[in-house]
Amino acid sequence: MRRRNLVSLVAAVGLAASMLATPSMADDKRVLRVVPHSNLSVLDPIWTTAYITRNYGYMVYDTLFSEDSKGRIRPQMVDTYTSTADLKTWRFKLRPGLKFHDGAKVTSTDVVASIKRWGAKDAFGGVLMANVDSFDTPTEDHFVIKLKSPSGIVVDALGKVSSNVPFIMPARLANTPANEQVKEAIGSGPYKFVADEFVSGSKVVFEKFADYTPRTEAADGLAGGKVVNFDRVEWVIIKDAETAVNALRAGEVDMIEQLPFEKYYSVKKMDGIKVEDYSPAGLQYILRFNHTLPPFDNVKVRQAAMMALTQAAFIKIQVGVPELGRLCRSMYPCGTAYADENTGYFTGKAQIKKARALLKESGYDGTPIVLMRPTDLSVIAKIPLVAEQQLKQAGFNVKLEQMDWASLVARRAKKDPIGQGGWNIFLTAWNAADIASPLTMAMFNVKAEGKGWFGWQENAEIESLKQKFAATTDMGEKKNIASTIQKIAFDTASHAPLGQYRSPAALRDNVVGLLQTAGPPVFWNMQKK
Amino acid sequence: MLNFLVRRVLAVVPVLLVVSLVVFLILRLAPGDPAAVIAGNSATNADIEQIRAALNLDRPLPVQYGLWLADVVRGDLGYSYFLNLPVTTLVEQRVEPTLALALGTLVFAVLLAVPLGTLAAWRMGGWLDRALSVLSVAGFSVPVFVVGYVLIYFFAMQLDWLPVQGYRSFAESSLWDWARQLLMPWFALGIIYIALIARVTRASVSEALTEDYIRTARAKGLGESAVLLRHALANAAVPIVTVIGIGVALLIGGVVVTETVFAIPGLGSFTVDAVLNRDFPVIQGLVLLFAVCYVVVNLLIDLSYLVLDPRIRY
Repeated sequence: MRRRNLVSLVAAVGLAASMLATPSMADDKRVLRVVPHSNLSVLDPIWTTAYITRNYGYMVYDTLFSEDSKGRIRPQMVDTYTSTADLKTWRFKLRPGLKFHDGAKVTSTDVVASIKRWGAKDAFGGVLMANVDSFDTPTEDHFVIKLKSPSGIVVDALGKVSSNVPFIMPARLANTPANEQVKEAIGSGPYKFVADEFVSGSKVVFEKFADYTPRTEAADGLAGGKVVNFDRVEWVIIKDAETAVNALRAGEVDMIEQLPFEKYYSVKKMDGIKVEDYSPAGLQYILRFNHTLPPFDNVKVRQAAMMALTQAAFIKIQVGVPELGRLCRSMYPCGTAYADENTGYFTGKAQIKKARALLKESGYDGTPIVLMRPTDLSVIAKIPLVAEQQLKQAGFNVKLEQMDWASLVARRAKKDPIGQGGWNIFLTAWNAADIASPLTMAMFNVKAEGKGWFGWQENAEIESLKQKFAATTDMGEKKNIASTIQKIAFDTASHAPLGQYRSPAALRDNVVGLLQTAGPPVFWNMQKK
Repeated sequence: MLNFLVRRVLAVVPVLLVVSLVVFLILRLAPGDPAAVIAGNSATNADIEQIRAALNLDRPLPVQYGLWLADVVRGDLGYSYFLNLPVTTLVEQRVEPTLALALGTLVFAVLLAVPLGTLAAWRMGGWLDRALSVLSVAGFSVPVFVVGYVLIYFFAMQLDWLPVQGYRSFAESSLWDWARQLLMPWFALGIIYIALIARVTRASVSEALTEDYIRTARAKGLGESAVLLRHALANAAVPIVTVIGIGVALLIGGVVVTETVFAIPGLGSFTVDAVLNRDFPVIQGLVLLFAVCYVVVNLLIDLSYLVLDPRIRY
């Protein structure tokens, strides 16, 4: 009896030990588990400009055009397209075999409805739509855009890479007003969204769309064939960086989309883990003035502030990893088509004496300036502290106000005086793709009557040059116009570029094929060896 | 007794009304605007205004509160601004992990802390008592996330016995797999709770042990275990149960951190997300739910006094 008990005990301990040692998730080469950079909350990529929703959009939806790794716009859902010599009529033919996830064929009606919804929301889309005379859908596979005046931006606009991306939805969904969320997640992209398994804050599941027909060209950036090698991609939401890295090491996840800077060196040394870049142009930090309130309603005060800034300090303090930072004076990020480091008085290095002199000349009376700092957004939480220090050195009386990001975005929309909740300066970061062109850069949205971007600079000359930029197809001319716009922006001290940084991904060694894009990480072309 | 129950249940209504009003006002008057969060970085003031109108945030506060309260009375907690889903559905999705974590911690902590506290009182000044004092101080002092990381380092990274993170529901995993994923969270969250209950148990039992009835029990020749369990612990039960109830609030707070460290998709981390995004309907719904839980737990504790101490009458 005693022996039988002993045998039972040994068996039970053995069983328990074997269960303890069992890996928590099966090593399945057909499933990719990724920790995304943030939680997915909104499922409509037109309703919000959040990058996580944009990335979700690239899984579920397809685009008419896409950008390759060299920044060229290539057809994606579009098979062929032509324009008349006067650049006023553009004809497009869709690729054969395009289907939505509900089985319906993708038609030109769906495309036109999607473009209209996007154009009602997106700034670049708005520029295009303002020039559209009519849409026509002669057949299910053809659509025509007729313009009021010649324009060279039609393909650029339809191939826009970052938020809001002109994703194509079924017309029944695309007819939803742009300020309402769509009720379903039906696209024609390479992955289907599995609504039943979606738990915001925990897991987002995508399944391979079996009826997706990739282009025949090799994948290149966001362009080319979107060949899917996984049955499922699961986004596992892990907010804590330490836990995410531990999960990667333990093999519970295959990839962390954005490795926190403070983990960069330790993760690089880990066995079985590699660090790869999927967005070489990265992001750019900027400092934005409120142009409507004193003292920054005075251009000399803004210029003095810009002269006080040293980019290297922002990168060193916030990023802390020299190889991930890049100094770049251009407002268009270095590494993109219109980058121009001919930036006049703005050298990206503090010129304290000049800044102090200009500040004195401006008549600045020492009024405190409110600089907002988002304490909960770790990727930009430190840069306001650097700005505070540098501005103080130039003679500014800085009042740092700390708040969470949700409070900051609400406050930056306030045009009220400081005493009633207004503000003078905030800092943020932009994906390079968002600010690579004068037509997509929010800071160059300088419409009259305060209808532009937060900070509400008004400049008719920039708006007029943007129209000229849109009208031409000549790359040399586009570059000249872009540089002229930048010159005006520096002369008027629109905002200060504070340097660029990259946020590479961390992957397990057996994951290969991560594509380099202009911003979003994409999960086609990848596989697990 | 019935009178007491009816009075207590009725008293819950104004409590919840006040809670809902205070939360509603705090959210609306505090800085932050869900429309601005939704609109994103590229938005303009016009975009934000459109979203505010779509979410009814441009309407007067009394109207907003009235609309929400009318829905709540009908059992509808509203829709999440971000997820575009009913708050009740979202709570249903997340209630299991939190219940598993909280109740498991409670059971784990009580089973460990009450015997430890009782033994420490019985052998006051001995090594067990001193060890418990040290452990209690440590339990109060070390934050949940530190305990969590240490556990992950040893049991997941070094020994590879337990998963680092995540939660699979009871329905889709075996009992062992389900419990295995919760062992570290239970322990991490339970430590402070164990410290609290053990200290109170020790104090209450040691006080009871000095009473005349204990001397009488011993004089009657009762064994030490019977003296401890039937006389000392039974008489010390009221303060112990009270502190367990008070600890539920502690547990709700601790759940937030534990869920974040172990990536458990429960109501705690959901609350934090909702607060950071200013998802008003979700926050209001969750606070109301937590308030109801707290009130119900306290009611149950009050009722338990009737069983634990026959002298108490309502």
